[in-house]
This record gives sequence, C-alpha cells and structure tokens, in this order.
Amino acid sequence: MSASVELDTLTVRFGSFTAVSRATLDIAGGEFFSFLGPSGCGKTTILRTVSGFLDPTEGAVRIGGQDMAGISPNRRPTALIFQNLALFPLMTVAENIAYGLRVRGVGKAERRRKADELLELIALAGQGDKLVSELSGGQKQRVAIARALAVQPKVLLLDEPLSALDLKLRQHMRAELRAIQRQVGITFIYITHDQGEALTMSDRIAVMSDGVIEQVGDGKAVYDNPATPFVASFVGENNAFAGRVVAADARMAVVETAFGRLAGRNPAGLGAGARAILFVRPEAIVPVAGAPEATLTSEVESVAFEGNLTHIYLRGAGKKEISLSVGRTAGFAMPAQGASTPASYAPEAGLVLPEGALARE
Amino acid sequence: MPVSSRFVVLLIPLAVIAVFWLMARREAASRGPGHRGYFDRNGALLGTVFLALVGFWTVFLVVLPYLYMVVESFHPRLIPSKRGGPEDVLTIAQYKSFFVEPSSGNWNTIHLWAFIYTIGVSVVVAAFNFAICYPIAYYMAQSGTRQRVRVLMLLLVVPYWVNEILRAFALRLLLASKGLINQMLMGAGITDGPIDFLGANVGLYVGLSYAYLLIMVFPLYNAIESLDRNQIEAARDLGAPWWKIHRDVVIPYAKPGIASGCTMVFMLSAGSLAAPQFLGGPRTLWFTSIVYDFFFQSFNWPRGAAYAFILLVACIAFVLLMLRLFKVSLGETIR
Repeated sequence: MSASVELDTLTVRFGSFTAVSRATLDIAGGEFFSFLGPSGCGKTTILRTVSGFLDPTEGAVRIGGQDMAGISPNRRPTALIFQNLALFPLMTVAENIAYGLRVRGVGKAERRRKADELLELIALAGQGDKLVSELSGGQKQRVAIARALAVQPKVLLLDEPLSALDLKLRQHMRAELRAIQRQVGITFIYITHDQGEALTMSDRIAVMSDGVIEQVGDGKAVYDNPATPFVASFVGENNAFAGRVVAADARMAVVETAFGRLAGRNPAGLGAGARAILFVRPEAIVPVAGAPEATLTSEVESVAFEGNLTHIYLRGAGKKEISLSVGRTAGFAMPAQGASTPASYAPEAGLVLPEGALARE
Repeated sequence: MPVSSRFVVLLIPLAVIAVFWLMARREAASRGPGHRGYFDRNGALLGTVFLALVGFWTVFLVVLPYLYMVVESFHPRLIPSKRGGPEDVLTIAQYKSFFVEPSSGNWNTIHLWAFIYTIGVSVVVAAFNFAICYPIAYYMAQSGTRQRVRVLMLLLVVPYWVNEILRAFALRLLLASKGLINQMLMGAGITDGPIDFLGANVGLYVGLSYAYLLIMVFPLYNAIESLDRNQIEAARDLGAPWWKIHRDVVIPYAKPGIASGCTMVFMLSAGSLAAPQFLGGPRTLWFTSIVYDFFFQSFNWPRGAAYAFILLVACIAFVLLMLRLFKVSLGETIR
C-alpha cells in the first residue's frame, strides 16, 4: 500500500527566516523520490513537514489526497528514518522493530512473529535478541528501516540515513535500499546532499537551493539538462564559463568568455547581449583541437591518473581550474604538466544558461 | 578491659594513613618502568603533606566521628566519672531498647511505630516529589526554550536562599487554623470552620516535599537532558501517544537519575529534623526527633547513637533493596 504525496505551495518560516518557499510538486505512489541540495537548503524542513513534526506556514501537504493539517506525527501514514537512526538503546533489536506494533496494542507473540519476518527481509534473521549496541553500522541502518516498515507506512521518509556509514557500505546500502523499496512497493522520500545517492536510487529528484525547488526531473534530465546554473554546478562536476551572449538562434548560442568565443545549446532562448554562463561537463572535453567556437587553449596545471579515467586540470581564469576527464580507451596522447594544450568539446555538449548563482564549493 | 574500646578507635586513623601510604607505594611499583610514582611526581615533602591532608580529612572529618558514635552506641549510659571504669562494658542493650522497653519489658511500640511512620512518610514524600519534579525536569530538559528554562531554574533555586527554619515557619503560618489558607477558604464560604492542616500532617508532607524539591529536580534534569530528542520523535512517529513515550523511552532512559533523586530525597527526608519539628501534627512522632531528644534532652548519648544507626542501616538497606527491585546499580545513580 503506497500513497501519493502532494506539496501545494508549501511555505515554512521560522520567524523571519523562510526555510521553504512555495514548494509545489506531486510525488506518485510507489515512487522513489529524492530531495537533493546542500545543507541548509530546506530539504529536511520539507521532510519534517511531511512527517508532521513541523506545520506549514502556508500551503498544504496532502498524503493520498488527504490534507494533513492538524494531524500529529503519530497519526500520519508515514514513518521517518532519522539521520542518526534514533534506535532505542535500552531495547533489543526485535523490541526496536516491533515498538510501533507494541504501541498499537499488538500482542507479544504476533509482535515477535512480525519482527522475525522483518529481520528476514533485512538479512538479520536470528539476531532479534541482540542489543542495538552489539550491531555494526550497516546492521543498525537496516534495523532502523525494519522498525519503520513494521508499522506498514504508506510513505517512508529517509533523512540522510546513509551519511554515517563509510563509503563502501554506503554504496552497498544504496542498492539494498532500492531493492527494499521495490519489494515493499511504498513511496520513499529520500533526503540527501550526496548527488551520487540521489542519481543512483531515485525515480525522480528535486534539486533545492535556499528553500526553493530549482528543478524536478529524473536523474538523466537533471544531469543532462539542468534548468539553472545552481543545478548545473551542484549535480555532478561542471566547468562554468561566465560571459555575454554574442550570437544566438533558437538552438545554439555563442558566449564571449575569458577563453574566447564558445558555443553551446540555448534552451533558455537567450538573445545577444544577455549575461550568461556556459557549462561543459569534464567528460565532454577532449585534449585536442576541434571546432573553433568549441576549442580553448590553456596551460596544464596538473594531470591525475585514476585508473579508468585521467583527470587533466587546465589553468583557468582567476583561481578556477578547467577539468577534463578522459577515458582510458579514448586513445588521446596525455599532455604534460606545464605544457599548453588545446581542449575542445562538441558544441551540443555545451549548455548556455542565464546568469545565476552557482553552488558553493 | 585494660584499654577502653573508645581508644581503639583512635588507632584506626593510623591504619588509614598507613593504607594511603601503601597505596602510594603500590602505585609507584605497579606501573611500567617509565612511569613516575606518586612521591617522584610530587616530591617527598609535598607528597607527605598531601597524604596527611587527605588522611586528616578522611579520618577526622569523615570516618572518626561515625566510628566514635558506633562505639558509643555499644556502651551503657554512665555518668562521666564512671566512664572507663569497671561498669563501662560493651553491650547491645541500647539496640535492644529500641525493640523492648527496658523499664517494663514490653514491646517498645512508640518508638517502633515512629520508626515505621518515618520510613513510610519518607517513601511517600519521595514518590510525591518525583511526581511533581518529573514534569518540571522534562520541561527544562527537552521542551523549554533556553530563556524560559533559565528563568525557571532561578525561580526554583532562589527560594532556597531562605533559611530552612524560616521556610518551615512561613509554611506553618500559611497552614495554621487562623492562617491565610483557612481564612481564604472560610471567606469564600467553601468551609464553615478552619481545617486542621497541621494536625492532619498536610504541613509535614508539604514541608518535606518542598525542602527537597531541588534534590529531585536536578538528577532528573541531568538524566533527561542527555536523551537524544530524536528518540522521542522516533517513538512519536511510530505512533506512540505522549504517555507511552514517557513510559517506554524517557523513564527507562532516566532511571538512574530517578533512582538517584528518589534515594536522596528519601534519605534526607527520613533524617530531617526541622520540617517534622515545626510542621508535624501534635500526635506525630518523628524518629529523628526521638534521636535528638536522647542526645539533647535526656543526655543519653549511647541510646541516641544506637537509634541513629538503626535508622541509617535501615535506610541503606531499604534503598539497596529498591535499587535491586528496579534493576539499577549503585554506580549508575551517581553518574
């Protein structure tokens, strides 16, 4: 049983500070939906509003079509997984998992049976009598998921639950979370500042900055067609070239940058004279000359070999570097450090967006 | 008996100092070769001064007075000229007198009853205090804003600047037959005649509870304060109503603090003197008052000492039993 979640011009203010501003979106039942953004962007506020720990200042949250105004967290069909998990340290693993059933008055034997069933699901069968402190980080993680699933929520809310784990475990848990979501089939709303997590797990992503939803779309759309300079610079690596549009048509635009005139797609339909930023992904740039309006020349700052990829950093304007990530099989001769090299990209790989704030490094 | 047992007690300080000295020596020996021992670190002179000071404090201010009282309680009551004489023998007569009245040979029902009553009232006071202080402590630790908590703490602490006896008398004035509360009740027409609050021991309960309010609030506050708020929210999110959150999450977590607060309030209440003296009803006999009277009215120090130790041992036994029942270790309560 899953439920849709609708945010309707949701605004949350703390005094004079606006944490979330007019957020509107529909999350379909059974969807794995992520809110992605840097810390302080308002994504946790949205989650706490959906779970009921915060009230909207304006607008509404609807779950399964029903307005949640005035419904307290213990009566909503949601379950929240906390960033620090918040497992009960004085209860055993099985007691933790079955706590939601206990407060609903479910009998002891039935609770135990349900807990064992969930322990099976999270691959911890037979560990129900252990104390939480005896488990490893990944196991605690899975117990927190089981505890939330035990109350059969229609929507599971996850507040950066993987941030405390080490990299290897985090990557493993991504696949596991996705598998659990497919198995139980309920709506997952996932909060993260890690774009890798958002891109690998989600059906759709909302990218947030300063309380505003900048873009909603699937991972490919957000990565390939970012709507704003913030999304372009926050999701994945990107090279940004600021300048002014000198020539434009409906499809393409040419921007006068510190490296000369460079071309890119023009989805915003900018006209000549507009201030703009051209974005080119590192993996779209190769260390050879190409079309004149898609080639720049600069000194090599450093070369970093990373197995399948080699990262070449060119000295950019000011302190910024330009990075190229070249695949091993591409067969290019790697330039030496300190040498000057041309670098080019396919003009379609460039993206011209109206000037705006970039993500802070 | 060539050496009076009273003087044996004086040997104990020497033994304690010797133990300290041995501990310092052992510390030097037990660590690795690179470790500098106690005397190496502090020098012979300062090391000896430290040891002597700690030894003096422990021995003369902590151990010796109690030991002297224990010894005293095993002696008969004698006039000063006969002390140390042939009649000054070791005896358990003073302890026996608590159970059996020496003059008549009957059960000493008055003192036994006062004893049970004192313990019973102290238990009630501890429970009552817990019921009052738990919400206050929870508010201060988890839900109050910083500003309000500061004001609340000040309001809790400032009244304790007033002398205990003054506070007891003020309460007495308030609760007396012609006191403020009775005048208000009669003035409002709620009662026809005055209610005998003091005779009904309302004053005793209120006075004792109020006297030890802080002693309950702060251990509770400390215990609840360190509880991760996410735990409370997690329980709420999983569907628990507020009282189940307290039953299942907050109280189990705060158990050491609860045990600590209840233990101290119980102990202090059972040993209190001022509040029962001034606020107890005319028929109320508080055990500490009996002890006081033995020392300062009838000058029967041995019997007073024996009674005091009966109370002390009974209270400790009771507290340990309670800790056992609620599965709290003694170490946790002083965390």
